[in-house]
Amino acid sequence: MTTPGTPLVELRGITKRFGSLVANDDIDLSVAEGEVLALLGENGAGKSTLTRILYGLSRADAGEIRIGGRPVAVDSPADALAAGIGMVTQEFSLVGTMTVTENLMLAGSSLGRVDRRAARARVVAAAERLGVPVDPDAVVERLSVGERQRVEILKALIGECRLLVLDEPTAVLVPADVDLLFASIRRLTAEGLAVVFISHKLHEVVDLADRIGILRRGRLVADLPAEGLDPVAIAALMVGGSTTAAGADDEALATAVGLDTPAATPDRAPVDTTGPAALEITGLTLAGDPRPRVDDVTLSVRAGEVVGVAGVSGNGQTELVAVLCGTTAASSGTVRVGGTEITGLDPAARLRAGLGRLTEDRRGSVVLGMSVEHNLAIEDLDRFRTGPFLSRRRVRAHAERLIERFDIRASPADPIRSLSGGNMQKVLLARAIERDPTVLVASQPTRGLDVGACEYVYAQLRALRDAGSGVLLVSEDLDELLGIADRIVVLSGGRVVGELAAADATREALGVLMTGGAEARAERAA
Amino acid sequence: MRFVLRSREPRWLGPAAVGVAVLLTLALTAGPIRLAGAAPVAAFERYLVTPLSTPNGVAEVLLSATPLLFTGLAVAIAFRVGYYNIGAEGQFLAGAMATTLVALSLPDLPAPVALPLGLLGGAVGGLLWAFLPALLRRRAGIDEVVTTLLLNPVAVLLLQGLLNGPWRNPETGFPDSASFGEGYEMPVLFGSRVHAGLLLGLLLVAVATVVMAATPLGVRLRAAGQSPTAAGFSGIRVGALQWRSALVSGAVAGLGGSSQVLGVQHQLTGSLAVGYGYTGVVVATLGGLSALGVLAVALLLGDVQVGAQSASIALQLPSQMGGVLTSVLLLTVVAALSVRRYRLTRLTRLRPAAPEPVPRTPVAARPGGD
Repeated sequence: MTTPGTPLVELRGITKRFGSLVANDDIDLSVAEGEVLALLGENGAGKSTLTRILYGLSRADAGEIRIGGRPVAVDSPADALAAGIGMVTQEFSLVGTMTVTENLMLAGSSLGRVDRRAARARVVAAAERLGVPVDPDAVVERLSVGERQRVEILKALIGECRLLVLDEPTAVLVPADVDLLFASIRRLTAEGLAVVFISHKLHEVVDLADRIGILRRGRLVADLPAEGLDPVAIAALMVGGSTTAAGADDEALATAVGLDTPAATPDRAPVDTTGPAALEITGLTLAGDPRPRVDDVTLSVRAGEVVGVAGVSGNGQTELVAVLCGTTAASSGTVRVGGTEITGLDPAARLRAGLGRLTEDRRGSVVLGMSVEHNLAIEDLDRFRTGPFLSRRRVRAHAERLIERFDIRASPADPIRSLSGGNMQKVLLARAIERDPTVLVASQPTRGLDVGACEYVYAQLRALRDAGSGVLLVSEDLDELLGIADRIVVLSGGRVVGELAAADATREALGVLMTGGAEARAERAA
Repeated sequence: MRFVLRSREPRWLGPAAVGVAVLLTLALTAGPIRLAGAAPVAAFERYLVTPLSTPNGVAEVLLSATPLLFTGLAVAIAFRVGYYNIGAEGQFLAGAMATTLVALSLPDLPAPVALPLGLLGGAVGGLLWAFLPALLRRRAGIDEVVTTLLLNPVAVLLLQGLLNGPWRNPETGFPDSASFGEGYEMPVLFGSRVHAGLLLGLLLVAVATVVMAATPLGVRLRAAGQSPTAAGFSGIRVGALQWRSALVSGAVAGLGGSSQVLGVQHQLTGSLAVGYGYTGVVVATLGGLSALGVLAVALLLGDVQVGAQSASIALQLPSQMGGVLTSVLLLTVVAALSVRRYRLTRLTRLRPAAPEPVPRTPVAARPGGD
């Protein structure tokens, strides 16, 4: 037991790098007994990395973890459990065909005699601690998502757990289950358990947390008591309002990579509003359980216009892009590209209709085992045919031309898997832009790229827009959206919850829309 | 120590891995050969060299390799697009039965009509045997490994049923079909037992090689097999390609069965069901799913098969030892080709568990990722 005032778990100077990306930069954070610490930040800010380090799923490059004031080595989840740290990740690890008790016995993994009765009693006791009824004999695959999550929490608690880490526990829950979860957390913290949880929903954070830590680009930019903070203030901190040091940093960075400042009016031809829209999405819905993944989305992109789609990760952007690309079939609604309806068409027909794609899954968009030249030609192999044969010479010439034009650092015969992320993205950009698409759907086009490559991607997107194509830019990076989009729509829970002209958009306004702060305010007003 | 996935592999690594596998195979099979009472070196010479030392031996090797060429190619065609057809055995037998049906129904046709018709019958028979699993996979997503495999014993039982029933030899009463008419005799080459089926097999190898290497279809097939998601994203209709390849694969296996009854047996017998189709899976895998690889491995296995007969006579080795040799070779090659993707590194530990509180010190960055 620790004396009051000493933090239960302390992270000191935690640093983790992935290549040139610093996921966690010298983070100091602590949590005391009975305290709920909420970790906030945009996607890629480093929250998950930090909790993975805490639970021994990754190892820090530098820094240490202290428990009760003593440094401990947490090199694996087993070490973490032994040190009293339990975690519930976003993906559950339960065996569907086994009962709750059997699943918990697996987690115990003590060798020797299997004492089913004792195990069952321990499950019942742990469920009592949680304050929610859990049937120890229920088969897991028949349980609802909320019930499964309870089983996961039981699994984490069943050892001598003193700190529970929850990675976006409410993302998968319906409201009634969220209430139960929060009641359980309050009960557990009253007993002295410390809780660290990651969430994107600000009104929940305000409800539950005692303290709030905000991460931005791998750095801890705020660590303050939750008392007195409202969702709007938190959103401002998260997206780095212009009053904070982090905001100033971003503007410096934006200038460095050659972004337009939001206020600047780009010097180019006006958007064409007469002809058919480059992309016209009407009532597009993708059914899901329990709620639709994409919910009645209607939006259009004119020729010569960049429309940004903002939203916190997991609010339907990935699914929207998959439906547009033709890899997932829509449940209802229509999609038109330059006046041609493409709703039911396969990817090849969509390409012919003038749709260009640049998805977030770069490595899933290329055939990794093939060469750069074949990957560049694969969307229209028939164009390179001489009689029945594929003309190697023309495929090679095509690749050489694109390598030159798009400054790809590779030779045509190189296997594409040997390319860096930035170069692979250039290959995909080249493939999409070379077809002169009516509209380009670009999703997270700069994720994981270095500053130079980002700048390059922005330049290409702008050039495409200036040449009269439409661009739908889906991104979680607000700087990126504010920098190049003409209009920004915000997705939340699969729905369009707002639309702002780039000139009127601010980080704060977008942040509030994105994180559901508007809902919370509406709730409070009601 | 632990295995780490290589990010890039040098060019020499693939051939080197195969070389190591061959040496391992020789080492591993030396034991059983010794136990069977023969000198390993003499046995290996019998298996690999002796068959190739006489013109007659070479002809026998070519003859043994012919059915494996068809079944190996059939399996490779399907595997290449990610359709795991394990049913070449059944399709091979179905082809032979269909050819027999043609030959027994129209016994008096002249060769220029009879042979193409017999071969066409074989291709159609193999295709039909492959049709149902392909349809189930396409329409209902049912795993083709199970369905194609389970149809193999069905084909064997059908063959035995026909030979013991309607096709029982009217003259001898044995469970063999009547001999085919003269028009159904495949021409032989070089005055040996090698027949024109070999040429057909070589033609198919050539066509497959050209299609894979030099046509848009070949690029699509490779893309669909290597990464179906990316291929689909690029507008390639992966499902349709797998469906067509499954049927072509069945037809090629069926042609193999057809060539065997037309070229060697001139009648349908139960001895046809000796596992040419299953060996085809070995041939395709060892041959790296390429047509030229299939050709090389079919010749190698033909060599070992003939050598095994010679070794059993000269060295009193059980003739099954040839099968042991090829099976061990398959295991070592597949293992070596998997292991070569890894390199062995020393496991570095980040930091020891510090027993006492220590001042915060950054730990030197480790080389490489996790």
